[in-house]
Amino acid sequence: MAEYKGVMVHAEVVEGKLAAIATELLGCGRKLADDLGEELSAVIIGSKVSDLAREAFASGADKVYLIDDSLLRDYQTDAYVPVMEKVVRQAMPRILLVGQTAIGRDLAPRLAFRLETTATMDCIELAIDPGSKLLLRNKPVYGGNARATFTSELNPQIATVRTKAMAPLGPDTSRKGEVVTIEAGLDPSKIRTRVLDKVKQEVEGISLEAADVVISGGRGIGSVEGFKQLEELAGMLKGAVGASRPACDNGWVPDVVQVGLTGKIVAPDLYIAVAISGSSQHMAGCSGCKNIVAINKDPEANIFRQARFGVVGDWKKVLPAFTEKVRELIAE
Amino acid sequence: MTVNIIVCVKQVIDPEAPPSSFKIDEAGRKVVAPSGVPPVISPFDENAVEAALRIKDAQGGKITVLSMGVNLLREVVKKPLSMGADELVLLEDEAFADGDSWSNAHALAMAIEKIGEYDLIFCGRQAADWDDGQTGSGIAEILGLPSVTLARKVDVSDGKARVEQVTADGYDVIEVSLPALITVSNELGEARYPTIKGIMAAKKVEPTVWKPADIGIETAKVGLAGRKVKLEKLYQPVQEGKCEFIEGESTEEAGVNLALKLREAKLL
Repeated sequence: MAEYKGVMVHAEVVEGKLAAIATELLGCGRKLADDLGEELSAVIIGSKVSDLAREAFASGADKVYLIDDSLLRDYQTDAYVPVMEKVVRQAMPRILLVGQTAIGRDLAPRLAFRLETTATMDCIELAIDPGSKLLLRNKPVYGGNARATFTSELNPQIATVRTKAMAPLGPDTSRKGEVVTIEAGLDPSKIRTRVLDKVKQEVEGISLEAADVVISGGRGIGSVEGFKQLEELAGMLKGAVGASRPACDNGWVPDVVQVGLTGKIVAPDLYIAVAISGSSQHMAGCSGCKNIVAINKDPEANIFRQARFGVVGDWKKVLPAFTEKVRELIAE
Repeated sequence: MTVNIIVCVKQVIDPEAPPSSFKIDEAGRKVVAPSGVPPVISPFDENAVEAALRIKDAQGGKITVLSMGVNLLREVVKKPLSMGADELVLLEDEAFADGDSWSNAHALAMAIEKIGEYDLIFCGRQAADWDDGQTGSGIAEILGLPSVTLARKVDVSDGKARVEQVTADGYDVIEVSLPALITVSNELGEARYPTIKGIMAAKKVEPTVWKPADIGIETAKVGLAGRKVKLEKLYQPVQEGKCEFIEGESTEEAGVNLALKLREAKLL
């Protein structure tokens, strides 16, 4: 009976290129594969994606499974789950890594149940247990108040990995590998959903995930007008505006700028949190930043436990004075 | 066309409780429920109830709430009834406790089959305790249903659901045939408050309570016994680091000093 061997990564494709998460997973997968003394493979699923194998090799893969089909252009559960199932049954990887993205959150659980194995979601640390050789899956739980380590003996061992939690390898374009093409073999009548439209909620300026500076506002901002002050500061610092969930739920900013456990994960050089209490769910989105600055009128606010610098005071007084001084300092 | 909906809700430790009140019993691999803070319905599950109520408002139909666990407080699990849901089914037994998504999804799926008629199953996108986000998709896989995750809006017509699915930069509009399972996210909007009328009506509702035998599943397949994932360790990460508080003669001056400090630290 064939054994499960090797580490496999679902390499997500975004706008015709490998997504950042794909290279992060390959960086992580490379270490796991090396620890096991086994091979690292990447699965590239989409339409017109055969060029991307090269990128996957440069990012650490030994082998690429390519499934190229027009029915796979957009993610749909009923298309991607059977395709991944087919690849896994053929390749029999010991470990499968998927991004904790909108796609991964949909794909991994359904695939795990279909394969009658298990997945652990939103992992931030992965390692091979030296004794059992099982994948140790470490992830935040209870909104980030605690951490848990899980194992499972069933193969493949599936883990979704939080964005920006792992480091990609520096691209090495001299690396080569084997490409295995697999036919999707999909029956379109078995796909039970249809994508009718794709709507973008435009946010001007630099993207949250790319920004070096993020100015975030919370429940205490109180209004759309309040956020305009944050936008002004962000513009000055060439940064982006983010928000905690309550600010988005109140409609003061678009949902797409939510920073947190179920929103964006950001790791800028500077994160200024204005009137944000610092719930664990919010901190999950920004704790990768080494320089968190907090402005909050509550000295007991949880944000101060993770901030490097803080001001206790009403943001309506602190922020304008801060912004003016920043304007002066930048002009110097 | 009336729409019958089953909504799965989970009772959890209040995620809004201050982080300082959060304690773990490491040896027992359990969270110590904070004293004086009652449990609640997991927040995304409330959004799921709200999604169902909006459809009921528009088209009529029956909403059955399903919850599983031990020590389910009636005032907690009846909240969806006070919001406007019709019936409550509880899987309440020690055997159901401490499951993982595998054992939990199997128990819930058997209960759903026993409840019988439904057009839609709604779940919150993830529960506020384990933040796992698998049970909904797992139920759909077990029951052979199509699933759409991360819904911010759900409308039903002509035997299909039109779902706005949250994406990183907006949303996709997905059409799915019924019956289907949908997981709901906070972008759907705030869950409505219970009304006085709703609370009075909920008081009169007797929940249906089922044990494993009632839903035709062995105790070995549910809860802790049915787990496929092992919890090796549960701990609180050590919070290192100290915040440097910047002050001033006035609140405004503190703001000025903050800018100067950040310039000094080469962050500006």
